[in-house]
Formats: sequence, structure tokens, C-alpha cells
Amino acid sequence: MTLLPLSKPQGDDTATTMTETTDEPRRGGIGLPLRLDSVTRSFGSLKVLKGVTLDIPRGQFVAIVGRSGGGKTTILRLVAGLDLPTSGSVVIGGEVVCGLQPSVRLLFQDARLLPWQTVIGNVGVARGKDWKETARAALEDVGLAGRENDWPAVLSGGQRQRVALARALVSRPGVLLLDEPFGALDALTRLEMHKLTERLWQENRFTTILITHDVAEAVALADRVLVLREGHIALDIPIDLPRPRREHIDPKSAEIKARILKEV
Amino acid sequence: MRQGFLSRVGTSLAPWALPVLLVVAWEIACNAGIVSQRVLPAPSQVAAAFWAAIWDGTLFEHVGISAQRALQGLMIGGGAGFFLGVLCGVLRPAEVLIDSSLQMLRNVPHLAMIPLVIIWFGIDEEAKVFLVAIGVMFPMYLNTYHGIRTVDKGLIEMAKVYGLGPFALFRRVILPGAMSSVMVGLRYALGIMWLTLIVAETISASSGIGYMTMNAREFLQTDVVVLGILIYALLGKLADVLTRALERRLLSWHPAYQVKGRTA
Repeated sequence: MTLLPLSKPQGDDTATTMTETTDEPRRGGIGLPLRLDSVTRSFGSLKVLKGVTLDIPRGQFVAIVGRSGGGKTTILRLVAGLDLPTSGSVVIGGEVVCGLQPSVRLLFQDARLLPWQTVIGNVGVARGKDWKETARAALEDVGLAGRENDWPAVLSGGQRQRVALARALVSRPGVLLLDEPFGALDALTRLEMHKLTERLWQENRFTTILITHDVAEAVALADRVLVLREGHIALDIPIDLPRPRREHIDPKSAEIKARILKEV
Repeated sequence: MRQGFLSRVGTSLAPWALPVLLVVAWEIACNAGIVSQRVLPAPSQVAAAFWAAIWDGTLFEHVGISAQRALQGLMIGGGAGFFLGVLCGVLRPAEVLIDSSLQMLRNVPHLAMIPLVIIWFGIDEEAKVFLVAIGVMFPMYLNTYHGIRTVDKGLIEMAKVYGLGPFALFRRVILPGAMSSVMVGLRYALGIMWLTLIVAETISASSGIGYMTMNAREFLQTDVVVLGILIYALLGKLADVLTRALERRLLSWHPAYQVKGRTA
């Protein structure tokens, strides 16, 4: 199931000749490449980020792990445009950006649904053209078809995050930022959300940054895991395990986890 | 089953038992001569006065003119309070400029202005409308301002990330978020509205319920005086019922106002 048909016909390959994802078996992704150029961020005398340089190719799923106060959320807020770097620059899709971007969407720890809007009103919160149809399609995509007219108050924690995910998807983001969105969910719901996120990412190929303190979650979902410690990237490790990943099958995953945990 | 029906009727009638008992006791006490008619007329006499006032049309005339003053004052003062509350809640410079002055004025009892108001407007309609307007303005201002200030910052941040412009942000996030507080302000304002009107009409008026009762006092028509008091009580109750209905409609998303078994 795909979220929305691309306006481009399938046979048109002239536009994709320049992209680096030539081995991409699915339709051309809409993900944007992302770069941080020696980014620092200080709050008063406190240096939270001390020169972070990072290159994320389009469509990559990156997880950032680290202790609280390590600067994870600060990185996310800088990319989202909710905060500006003290020095250095954020480059999205080849352009230095400053402030909020329509191509970047953020999923918060709490779903942050408007309690006075129905589910569909929340998904289509930015309104825009044909928002009802787009929102309905997105809700179907996250498995909440038929719940359009419910109030957020009657939804469970997992359903609320699904609505938030649908809200992020309707604008077809180039970059999706996930700020520990599964942290407050119970273990089973969390696994469901992992599967859903992975599927939506595979279908839509947005560049994804997941902030988490759960190393297992990072290894289960990401192409690449970064460990952020005291404002530096302490470890940058690719996870080339086959998908879908099952925790107990691959002994390599335990080895990777041990390596990451040592650095956190 | 029959038992269940009877007990249900009993429960719904129970709150009326005490008032009914009181009225019956009052009637008996008056008829037996325990209470002098000059102190308190019998309920039957009040009912007769009510009937007579309906038949000669004076009641509707007085109630009509009082309601008109009340509503005009509420519209002007409530509107101004709401507008100033929104202004100070949304714009920081407006808050700096206006808030402390309003807080100072708020502590002046508005009824203390009656002598000044009579000098300014005489005893015309404007005087009463002005007093009501001044009285209702402050509760509306304070509650609107407070409501806007306490809107969840996370929701505002979400709305910005999801591309809502300033107008949409106000219309879909800030205003609904402040609405329950605005309604509290409205209910306070309604109480002050009747109180102010009673005082203003009692002091200087040639029509209205307050005038009706003061006029009746001149002729020792205690039944009309009691009737006037009862009508104030009824109008107050009516205003409260209307506000509750408005609340239920505007806050239908709120779990506290949701009818059981209905979700939208």
C-alpha cells in the first residue's frame, strides 16, 4: 500500500539518472539529503553541541542514541528549524536552511494532537487542497481507517502516535524526524509501531532521523547508528543487517549492540 | 420494572422537595397571620401580582428593557474585554503596554463609579449600559488573557512545525485552547451583569425591573417587590442555562462535556 501515487509516470527514468539510489527497487524516493557542517549550539556558557559534522544521504534511516543531555534533541530541533545553530550550518537538499521548512516534519515524544479537532482534523491540520482525501488516505496507511471522526481523547497512546504519523505523512516530507515517539508506549505497541514506521519509510523513502535511548530500537530500525556523547559524535556505525530484522536470529545484532553500548 | 420507573421519577423530583415544602410553609404562615403581609406577602399573592403584571403588559415591558440594557452592556464590555485579552495574550508589546493599567483599574469597584457616571451620562440608558460594560469587561479580559497564556506551548510548536500561519494558528490552536477559560469568564461576567443592573436600576431609572421594584416599595406593594426579586433569579438562571448550552457546544471535544456513547 502506498500513501499517494507519484505524479510522475513509472517509465520516466530521466529524472532518476542522477540520484545515488540506483539500486532502489521501488519508486524514486522523495527523501532529501541532509548535512550538518561543524554545527555548534551553546546555551549561555553551556556548549551542548561542539562542532558536529554529519552527512546523511537521501532516504537513509539514521538513529541517534546517547544519554540525556547529550544533545540529541538539540540536533533534532536544529534540523527541524525550531532552533538555530550558534555556528555552522544545516544543509537540507543542497540548500543552507534557516528556520522552519515545509519539507521537514517532526514527531514529538507526546503525540501533540489538538484535543478539539477530530482525528481527521488533526491529520489535515495544515488544511490545504483536498486535505480530507489526503488525510483519509494517510489514516488508512497507518491502520486507522474508520476512526476519522473520533476525538483524540478516546484513542490509546499507540493510536495517538499513529495519528501523529499520519499527520506527518500527508505533506510527503523529505525529512522525517522522530523524537523518541515510542518511548511512552508499552512493549507490544512499540513493536507494532516499529513495523509500521519501517514499512512507511520503505514505501516513502523519506530521510529519517530517530532519536532514542533504546539501543535495541536503534539497531532494529536504522541503517546507521550514531552515538552522541557530550556534544560529539562518539561512534558512527552502519547496520547492514537484512530487513525485516528479528532480534534473536542474527548474532551480529548483539555484537553491534554491545559496541554501541560501550560508547554511550 | 415499575419500581425502577417510580424510583427514577423520585430521584429527579427530590431536589424540588425542599423548595416546594418551603413555599407551602410560607403560604401557611402568611395565611395564619404568623407573618405580616407588610413583611412578606404570601406566595399566592406574589403569583397574583405576577399574573396581573403579565396581563397589563408591564412585566414584559420592564423585563424587555432590563434585558436590553444587560445584553448591550455585555456585548460592549464583554467584547472589549475579550478583544483586550486576546491582544495582550498574543502580542507581547500590547501586554507590556496595557496589562498593568488594566490590573490597576480592575481593583476599583465599578459600582463606586456611579456618582461619576450619573454626572457624565445623567440617568439615561447610557449610564446603565456603561456600568454593566465596565463590570463585565474585567472578568472577560482576565479569563481570556489567562486562557491564551496557558495554551499548551507544545501544541503551538507543533502547529508551527506543521506549517500553520499566524491566522490559522490563532483560529485552530490558540482560540480553542483558551475557550474553556473564556467560558468561565463569560459566566462570571453574567453574574456581574445582573448585579450591576439591579443596583443601577434601583438607584436611577424610569423603567426596568429595578425601577418596578423600587416603585412598588413606594406604595408598599411587597408582592411586586418579591416578584421583582424572583424575576432576577429566573433571568440569572436562564443566562446560566444558555451559557451551559454554549459551553457544551463549543467544548464538545472536551471529555467532561461528552455525552456517553457518542464520540463525535
